[in-house]
Amino acid sequence: MNRKKILIVDDEPNIVMSLEYTFKKNNYEVFIARDGSEAIEILKTQIPDVVLLDIMMPNVDGYQTLEHIRSDASTKNIKVVFLTAKNKVSDIEKGLALGVDKYLTKPFSIKKIMTEIDELIT
Amino acid sequence: MNSYILIFIIIGYLLLLFGIAFWAEKKARNSWVNNPYVYTLSLAVYCSAWTYYGSVGIAATSGVSFLTTYMGPVIAFPIWIVVLKKIIKISKQHKVSSIADFISLRYGNDRFLGALVTVICVLGVVPYISLQLKAVSETFGIISNNPINSSGTIFKDSTFYIAVLLAVFAAFFGTRTTDATRRRQGIVFSVAVESVIKLVFFLGVGSYVTYFLFDGTTDIYNQIVINEDFEALTTFDSLESGINWYFMIALSFLAIFLLPRQFHISVIENTNQKHLKNAIWMFPLYLLLFNVFVIFIAWGGKLRLEDTANPDYYSLLLPLQNGDVSLAILVFLGGFSAVISMVVVSTLALSTMLSNNLIIPYGFLDKFSKSRPKRNANYIKNIRRIAIFSLILGAYFFYINFNIELSLFSIGQLSFVVIAQLAPSFFIGLFWNRGSSIAAKVGIITGTLVTTYTLILPFVLDAIFGDMNFIVYGPFQNELLRPYALFGIDFLNPVTHAFFWSIFFNSLLYLGVSLSFKGNYRERNYAEMFVDSNYNSLQENAFVWKGEAYVSDIRKALNRFLGEQRTERALNLFYQKYDLPKNAKKADARLINFSEKLLTGSIGSASSRILIASVVKEQPVSLIEVLEILEENKETISTNKFLKEKSDKLIQLTSELKKVNEELKHHDKLKDEFLDTVAHELKTPITSIRAASEVLLDNQDMPDKLREQFLDNIVDDSERLATLIHNILDLEKLASGREMLDKKINNLNHTIEKAISGVHTIAEKKSIKIIMTEMQSVFSVRYDEDRIHQVLTNLLSNAIKFVEEKKGIVKISSKKIKNYIRISIEDNGKGIPAEDMKYIFDKFYQSKNQNVKKPVGSGFGLAISKQIIEGHNGRIWADENYKTGARFVIEIPN
Repeated sequence: MNRKKILIVDDEPNIVMSLEYTFKKNNYEVFIARDGSEAIEILKTQIPDVVLLDIMMPNVDGYQTLEHIRSDASTKNIKVVFLTAKNKVSDIEKGLALGVDKYLTKPFSIKKIMTEIDELIT
Repeated sequence: MNSYILIFIIIGYLLLLFGIAFWAEKKARNSWVNNPYVYTLSLAVYCSAWTYYGSVGIAATSGVSFLTTYMGPVIAFPIWIVVLKKIIKISKQHKVSSIADFISLRYGNDRFLGALVTVICVLGVVPYISLQLKAVSETFGIISNNPINSSGTIFKDSTFYIAVLLAVFAAFFGTRTTDATRRRQGIVFSVAVESVIKLVFFLGVGSYVTYFLFDGTTDIYNQIVINEDFEALTTFDSLESGINWYFMIALSFLAIFLLPRQFHISVIENTNQKHLKNAIWMFPLYLLLFNVFVIFIAWGGKLRLEDTANPDYYSLLLPLQNGDVSLAILVFLGGFSAVISMVVVSTLALSTMLSNNLIIPYGFLDKFSKSRPKRNANYIKNIRRIAIFSLILGAYFFYINFNIELSLFSIGQLSFVVIAQLAPSFFIGLFWNRGSSIAAKVGIITGTLVTTYTLILPFVLDAIFGDMNFIVYGPFQNELLRPYALFGIDFLNPVTHAFFWSIFFNSLLYLGVSLSFKGNYRERNYAEMFVDSNYNSLQENAFVWKGEAYVSDIRKALNRFLGEQRTERALNLFYQKYDLPKNAKKADARLINFSEKLLTGSIGSASSRILIASVVKEQPVSLIEVLEILEENKETISTNKFLKEKSDKLIQLTSELKKVNEELKHHDKLKDEFLDTVAHELKTPITSIRAASEVLLDNQDMPDKLREQFLDNIVDDSERLATLIHNILDLEKLASGREMLDKKINNLNHTIEKAISGVHTIAEKKSIKIIMTEMQSVFSVRYDEDRIHQVLTNLLSNAIKFVEEKKGIVKISSKKIKNYIRISIEDNGKGIPAEDMKYIFDKFYQSKNQNVKKPVGSGFGLAISKQIIEGHNGRIWADENYKTGARFVIEIPN
């Protein structure tokens, strides 16, 4: 079985560091983007199994990135998980309407993220 | 001078007046035509040929008594203005078209009273008009050197043609609309122009006599003083003549209100009540100017002209004697102007009264077609035109037949006394609500009879039949009934004597009958409306009426005279005014009063009442009911007004509340957003700390280097969390005003230096230069040092954040400008993106242009700085025009 690929999109380097470490340890191939535009750039060459997406980011935010992923034929089937501090019902509904596969809120437990992502892509 | 040339001049002058009147009609709304000066000058229609020629005559024969005619109005003018205001208000309210209308309305719209007033006015004014024609005729004779010859046929008499021309002028401009309450700007303006002409020419001849024929006023005085009867001419010889004076003044005071032409010009033609303010000083001034030279012309005439010369015409004879024909012609034209305005306005006023108060209500009302409003309108206009011609021609024949040697002055005074009979019903009725219609009729008739007995009868007997017995011995040899010395009062001259007794009986009967007999409810209703000006605001609500009436019937009646279009328009206005449904079938008191007023202008108040009454079924109302209904309506109106005020206030309050509510909502939203952002910002380091701790906990076997990295992150994020919390609290404290600034006199240079040394280490690490420029040696300013230090540190570290390493330069400068100090901090970094300018002082704003990978800082710095500076009553902003980096400016008042 191939190694699973994950793209982590977040503008908080410290959070990214913990996530990166954990996913690598669990045998994921990890790509990292600091914001939406970097993520879109990476997605041009890589098709990950899942994208872990923050919402509040400079330049291109999470919603815009998700829209982009869903609108492009080559990326539209990628599983996308929102990982965000925004936890209002209206935010969650907006994400689901845009076609997000899972909505996880910060602060989170690393272990829980691992199980949720594993469940999603197997 | 050839009389044909003179006729030619007269026709030319009349054509000019026609032109002026035409122009004014066209420019009716122009401020040239519609202004207080025109109004005031048109009031000078008071100065007729009687003034123009007669004053000199009186001054020459009877001395200073000529002045009474003008002193009355001048002395009484302040009262005149106040009373006139009330009269104008009432007249506008009730669409009054003449003094007959006014008096008959006051006494319950009494048809007979209106007719009676009309008759009195015609009786009083026709001789007066004939007097004017006499003046034209005689002056014409003097100028053309062609003694008048009235025994020839009238068609050879130029006065006849002049009279006809005047009638044409009055008929043409006076009856353009059927509504007699409409303004006639053409006539009014030409009257104003004539007032100027007659004054200028009279002053001209006055100064000609005084300064050209004589050597000034002193010269004339010195010469006349030797004259035998000089003293009699300039002094009162006794108490009796003082009393005569007094009555004459009173008489002329009444005349200025009651003469139909005066009422017409001052009330009916008034376009704006504010014009009275101008009239209050200008009209007396006009009268005084008119009288400046009278006495000198009179004396000059006495000195230079033969005793047989008619003193009335001294002002013409003096220039003629000296061969100044052209001046004489100007004087003639001045006098002619006085005649034209008097005759035209008088006949206009009388013709309206004749048609609206006598002819139409007594008989002609039934003759109007039911369905042809245009024909009816022409019918009314023709009645008025015929009336104008009849009046002027009547006056002409009066003059021809009674071409007796009467002075202008005496006929004028006779006219005044007759008209004065209206005074008690007019004035007392204006202020006393008990004055009743029957009393007014009895008073006026008695007064007129007394005048006839004491003045007209002996006058006619003496002048026409040469019979002095009646005057000397009285009827049946009864001394007490001698017409000039009734009941033994023999010290008054005939005019004041007649005035005294007629007004005495008139007033006595008016008061007595009013107190003895109550009028009916309609009378009382109008009395209340006239007397209590508070009812004016009630308008149609002040009219009390009970009964059954249908709108369709009233509409038909209105159609007859106004035509369907005007009726429709008027009714629409009425419905709009009272907010009534347009399809109402029954008419109420207001509509009935409104319709009566609508018709009043065309057919007079009496006729309109008869007409409306014929299509409605009225029930009598008791006197008490009238008063109750009036009071009730007054209260309803004031309650409505009160409620309206309250409701307006409520509407205003509601909108204010809405606004406040919206502001609160907006604040609430901002607060929500703020909390949201705070939560988000707090969650970020917490998430990071939690994740790192979990990783450390689960991976005991992690290499030391990595473990250290994670631990460092945890420490960083904890610090970030602490700063964040500190800043949030700080901002909250500043914004809510809970923190008092500790303002003291400090040296700004010290504070700046301290701030620089605080960031010195970071700057040095990146090799960034910080330069202080434009510093003053001692810089004492009042501020909170810790807080300003915080602001400066913040701005400096921002600058360091945004400049490139090694190349970065940050400049800080400060200077005093007037009463504030300005600190500016500029860098040569990337500058602030234009689209961000608006938001940089918002909480949590973090620029994208920061060179660090991840922005360091809470996003609170500028927001806090702004709070601090505003706490010092200062301003902080980013200079939009600074393009080579960022430039922040602080201003604090010193």
